Amino acid sequence: MRVPTTAPALEIDGLIKDFGPVGSLDGRMVRVLDGVHLRASHGAVTVLLGANGAGKTTTLECAQGLQRADGGVVRLLGQDPYRASPDLRARVGVMLQDGGLPPSVRPLALLRHVASMYSDPLPVDDLAGRLGLDEFGAVSIRRLSGGQKQRLALACALVGRPEVVFLDEPSAGLDPQSRTIVFDLIRELRADGLAVVLTTHLLDDAQKLADYVYIVEGGRTVAEGTVAELTADSETDGIRELRFETVPGLTLPPGLLPHLHQLESEPGQYVLRGTLTAEDVAYLATWWASCGVMPTAISLAPRSLEDVFLDISGRSIR
Amino acid sequence: MSSPDTASGLPAAPLPRGRTTSGTAAPLSARVLRHGGYEALAMLRNGEQLVLAIVLPLLALVALVVTPLLDAYGPSRIDVAAPGVLALCTMSTAFTGQGIATGFDRRYGVLRFLSTTPLGRSGLILGKAVAVAAVLAVQLVVIGGAALLLGWSPRPEGILPAALLLLVGSAAFTSLGLLVAGTLRPEATLAVTNLVWILLAAAGGVIIPATGLPAAVEPFVSILPSSALGDGLRNALVDGALDPLACLVLLAWATLAGLAAIRWFKWS
Repeated sequence: MRVPTTAPALEIDGLIKDFGPVGSLDGRMVRVLDGVHLRASHGAVTVLLGANGAGKTTTLECAQGLQRADGGVVRLLGQDPYRASPDLRARVGVMLQDGGLPPSVRPLALLRHVASMYSDPLPVDDLAGRLGLDEFGAVSIRRLSGGQKQRLALACALVGRPEVVFLDEPSAGLDPQSRTIVFDLIRELRADGLAVVLTTHLLDDAQKLADYVYIVEGGRTVAEGTVAELTADSETDGIRELRFETVPGLTLPPGLLPHLHQLESEPGQYVLRGTLTAEDVAYLATWWASCGVMPTAISLAPRSLEDVFLDISGRSIR
Repeated sequence: MSSPDTASGLPAAPLPRGRTTSGTAAPLSARVLRHGGYEALAMLRNGEQLVLAIVLPLLALVALVVTPLLDAYGPSRIDVAAPGVLALCTMSTAFTGQGIATGFDRRYGVLRFLSTTPLGRSGLILGKAVAVAAVLAVQLVVIGGAALLLGWSPRPEGILPAALLLLVGSAAFTSLGLLVAGTLRPEATLAVTNLVWILLAAAGGVIIPATGLPAAVEPFVSILPSSALGDGLRNALVDGALDPLACLVLLAWATLAGLAAIRWFKWS
């Protein structure tokens, strides 16, 4: 295990970032970050969740030293990332959203080259085997699939034995095989004491991986907490979704359960969304009986991160 | 924590570890030399760049020896031709080749990624300079060797001044290439660096001395880095003299282009 530290691996407070001047706005500056707050600890997966354009990538770029903050505080392992020394950069692994991989190079040649920037890198062959890079080691990077490129970019981020890893949309373009590999690896990194900071617009990713979630919207942190904290709802029993399967073509009679949003997602597959109580379920059962149908499957789901996101931002994440 | 990796069909071996401390950077010199070697190999493996760096200069050398183009500028065709072709090599590697490679690396985010590794931005630039020097060394051996076979006899006392001019000249053209690559789209960089290379090669005092151009354009051409390098190398290798004006012109271009690149280069 790594030496436990109490100081957070990454601290961001009141982060402000302006872009511009933008020609289409008469040369005005555009404020893309306006008060992002974030803490990431060792041994935890910290997730920045937000819609496209919410400011996740810009926040990461400020934390990685690729952008200079226009205001606020950014401390990476206690230091200013924009003025990072080579030794600080050696303790931090970065996987960019677009990968940053040269298309004409072969995957293992690139990984070896990145490894050569460190005095004590992970053995390249072991890492390549673990991420399945040797399956496609003989072709140039431009011929790789999206998932293969993501795995290579992840290997490049890890080869220097970092203690902080930034992963910008790590599941983008992943096939199921790559997704399993990458998600297992992320959990392993956490178990190994690394601070993992990742962005995603996929609620499923956040729900599966996150120890702590920051929801970013409009360039600021609008909510934070564990998934359990964020989805806890004190005002209701928290059930937000009921699904059932039966004959196609049913419609709730007007006036029955008006507070629920109903949808026949596929013929015979029904979804009811909203705050559900036991009484609502009783009404439903009565209605089924009056129609003479018996559902073949019924499931209830608690408030999801998606509901949280909708409540906070008033819009869907996608 | 991690479940057996059955879906992937890969062994779920733990991450290779065996160390408790976290990453440390390789020494600066190792990082810069390794990156220089990596970029030099990438340049030499690229077919188009190889044509630009080796084939075209060789063709130019042979053409200048078998045609009377340079007869007005000295008694020996090859003695006048070889320094000019070496100047052409410097331009093709430091400006065109390096500029195009940097432009596309910028497009693909390679510059941003590498700047987050211990290499960093300064290491990346220093590595590019090393790569240019390494490729130029290969060109010197190949083109110089071919020229010697064709009867080239450079003045020995001119070798040191020539080396100095090549050094400052490649600094100037590398800075210019970075300036173009860091401010324009890669397609535009490709077009601009190739076009400028052709224009300077034809009428920039590289192969044909600036004094051979029409009197109206000569003063303008002689302050170009191409002419300073071409004429400076000819002065050194034909007459054995260091041309201080050529040196100053190249230094000025290196400084101005370097400062401009620092000011305007966009990493993403």
